[in-house]
Amino acid sequence: MTPAAVSLVVMLSNALFCLGVYGLLARRHAIALLLAIELILNAAALNFVLFSRLLGHAHGQAFALFIIALAACEAVVGLAIVISLARSAKTVFADDVNLLRG
Amino acid sequence: MVVLIAALAALVLMSALWVVTLRNLFRAALSLGLVLIGVAGLFLVLEAEFLAFVQILVYVGAILTLVVFAIMLTSKVQGRAPDVSSRQPAVAGAVSLTLFALLTAVTQPIVWAQAPGVAAVPLATLGQQLVTTLVLPFEVVSLVFVAAMVGAIAIATSTRPPER
Repeated sequence: MTPAAVSLVVMLSNALFCLGVYGLLARRHAIALLLAIELILNAAALNFVLFSRLLGHAHGQAFALFIIALAACEAVVGLAIVISLARSAKTVFADDVNLLRG
Repeated sequence: MVVLIAALAALVLMSALWVVTLRNLFRAALSLGLVLIGVAGLFLVLEAEFLAFVQILVYVGAILTLVVFAIMLTSKVQGRAPDVSSRQPAVAGAVSLTLFALLTAVTQPIVWAQAPGVAAVPLATLGQQLVTTLVLPFEVVSLVFVAAMVGAIAIATSTRPPER
């Protein structure tokens, strides 16, 4: 791996993370927020795999594996919440859910 | 290799932009599929074949299917009137651009030189590490999986009648 290739992947990971943050801040739909979180988690996993390759260490890949597994859990629970929300509160927009606001 | 990485990066960036900007949520979810496939391609370039296949299987195969199902289940609730984007995309864009500038300013001056003689991690090493040194996080992830599954079923099934 040349340093140029490494810094390209680091840059891509940064951009992916920032696009995810933009999505989290700008969107209202709860499922769109989940999609943005997947972008952020992918950016982190990409960095882990990159530095695992760079240092020849297996732990980076193992943690990327854990990230993918936790992303699956997060998606399952998040979508369950969205479906329950659509059923009980009749909305899918995150800023319409203000039941607990004081 | 740099050319291949740049092509995959362009694919990933373009579809990630679609994920966060497209009004149609279904199309945004399909663009997320493109992002995930592009990242899996990058994993292949980085010689992490097992992770690339896990990414395709778990993300594109399972998570994306779930997301598409959830979008179809809730599309009636969403209706046509409300907009997906919020009122402050400008603020969100400023925040994320600032964050990107900060991260780039920190990471770009560093020259990531590879130590000589470092080979890619073989799959056998990864498997052995997962059941020896990393067995505790591995088991914790399994436990989290079970908890998430039970929790999701408990949240999504309603004992009350749906109509009030």
